[in-house]
Amino acid sequence: MDNIITIEHIAKIYQVGTEEVHALADVSLTIDRNEYVAIMGPSGSGKSTLMNILGCLDTPTKGIYDFKGVNVSDMNDNQLAQIRNKEIGFVFQTFNLLARSDALHNVELPLIYAGVPSAERKERARAALVHVGLESRMHHRPNELSGGQRQRVAIARALVTNPSIILADEPTGNLDTKTGEDIMALFHEIHQKGNTIILVTHEEYIAEHAARILRIRDGLIEKDEIVDRRRIPTKNNASFL
Amino acid sequence: MKSYFIELKEGINISLRAIRANKMRAILTTLGIIIGIVAVTTMSTAIVGLRQAFINSISSFGSDVLYVDKFDWLGGHDWHSMRNRKNITFEQYEKLRNTLSSYSAMAPNLRSFGAKVKYAQKSTDATMIYGTTEDYVKTANLVVDKGRFLNSMDVKSGRKVCVVGTDIADALFPREDPVNKEIKVGGMPMTIIGVLQKQGSGLFGGFSPDGQIIMPLKTFENSVGKFRSNLRIDIKVSDQNRINETRDEVIAIMRAIRKVPLDKPNDFAVNQQEAFKELYDKTVGVVGIAGLFITALALFVGSIGIMNIMFVSVTERTKEIGIRKAIGAKTWSILTQFLSEAIIICLFGGIVGLMISFPLSLVINQFLPTAMPLDIVIISLLISAFVGVVSGFLPAYKASKLDPVEALRYE
Repeated sequence: MDNIITIEHIAKIYQVGTEEVHALADVSLTIDRNEYVAIMGPSGSGKSTLMNILGCLDTPTKGIYDFKGVNVSDMNDNQLAQIRNKEIGFVFQTFNLLARSDALHNVELPLIYAGVPSAERKERARAALVHVGLESRMHHRPNELSGGQRQRVAIARALVTNPSIILADEPTGNLDTKTGEDIMALFHEIHQKGNTIILVTHEEYIAEHAARILRIRDGLIEKDEIVDRRRIPTKNNASFL
Repeated sequence: MKSYFIELKEGINISLRAIRANKMRAILTTLGIIIGIVAVTTMSTAIVGLRQAFINSISSFGSDVLYVDKFDWLGGHDWHSMRNRKNITFEQYEKLRNTLSSYSAMAPNLRSFGAKVKYAQKSTDATMIYGTTEDYVKTANLVVDKGRFLNSMDVKSGRKVCVVGTDIADALFPREDPVNKEIKVGGMPMTIIGVLQKQGSGLFGGFSPDGQIIMPLKTFENSVGKFRSNLRIDIKVSDQNRINETRDEVIAIMRAIRKVPLDKPNDFAVNQQEAFKELYDKTVGVVGIAGLFITALALFVGSIGIMNIMFVSVTERTKEIGIRKAIGAKTWSILTQFLSEAIIICLFGGIVGLMISFPLSLVINQFLPTAMPLDIVIISLLISAFVGVVSGFLPAYKASKLDPVEALRYE
């Protein structure tokens, strides 16, 4: 077995006033290399908290998070930043691009924090943008791009560092169905190339693109199931331009 | 180390972009620093200039010269009681000269403010007229440009000769050589034997040494200074390091010569140039430092403005900070980014401030002998950068410590 993520009895407890809120009660799971996992759950189920912990944006209150053989549960802020930079590619529902920077600079950003020299940075960022079909949009700013194109820039940014996992939080939530389908096709292709993808969603339809679905409720894993009939998205070439 | 520079460069680029995106805000914020820097540099230029002017104006008094006078130049005594002291006489000078163990020059002198000087149809005003001896060229540190200074023969026989400053030579002899020309000083005809080298004006042009006339003591007594018989004795010491010992010796000898009883204070004073500087620093100098402190408050107010706007900038860009952190920006990457923004604003303010205060210092230069010194330029740029660090640190620290989850959620 070649597992990337091993989580053992993780809990996340928030102190709200005098009350303790258990966002995650007790979660254990493993994710292997080149898996395509969807995390599903209604709002308030703890799926966002789980995603933040998996993405090293937050640390658990209890339990062990082992990432590629390294215990990240009690790393400090800067060590976590380094893990996020090198090992994790984020794709967000609201894209989270820098509004004042063009597509190329947005994709370059993680490489800047990785200390990659300018020439190599530009070359790799360009290649990532070509990969997502945006070679003609490199010098456009986010507000000059459509929603689908913005999400492609975000995906290029996630891919540019060759991370161990791609963590996508409702990546189609702000897109129309057709554009959403294109994005799912892109994820499918990325997965085919050997990447590990964790997809957070509350839409059954989107989750069914993954090979495995983790259903979260009340801070616990309710169900961990294999998808029998995966949806294979159809690529709509027209929207790539 | 290499990645440090890559991130630093990014930090500076982000700051420049952020400043460009909020031009008006940046300009208004910078204005506070500009005003502060203009106030501080102009003030310190004026302070340096004022002191330089003062030092220039007392430079005709040598630092290795003791001035024995009836009057204490720094006051400290009642002026009327000083005026009633007995005059220092030529006999006392001769006794002092014969008794003092070591000195390099000693010149008794009488002085008079102003007199009409005439040559042919032209006339001018002399600022100071001295009657003295050949030693005066050494005690007053004079340099003769044309002709010669007084010699012992001129002094002994009281010849009607004089040495003049360049202002007088230029006014009366615009196209002629003044040496050996006969002029009238206060109605008394005398021959110019030498012209002094130009020394430059004193404080606000008053009592310029270039307007002086120097003649033998006897000649002075017979012309301008018939009723002035209070002598001053200028003593150039042979060893400047032992000026205080010579001073004590002079006091002891003068007390003996003037027969001052043991229980009475000196009825004369031994003055020094150093005392002027001390008095200056104690009075004008203190006022100057207070002024500098008050103008520095303007810079302080400017820095509060920067801090305020940096806090606004951090709040506005919470989401951006969240994105950068999610993507791998470390604490200090964010800290560097916001600190460099504050420093750039301040340095820009400092440079613009200098560009305004430099011409102002040229205006000051019309009144005081100074231009803006280079060290003030460097210090004020360092101060601007320092203000940037101080006022940018708290906002930048706040930004760097933001929780990425919270920051990403911020709308």
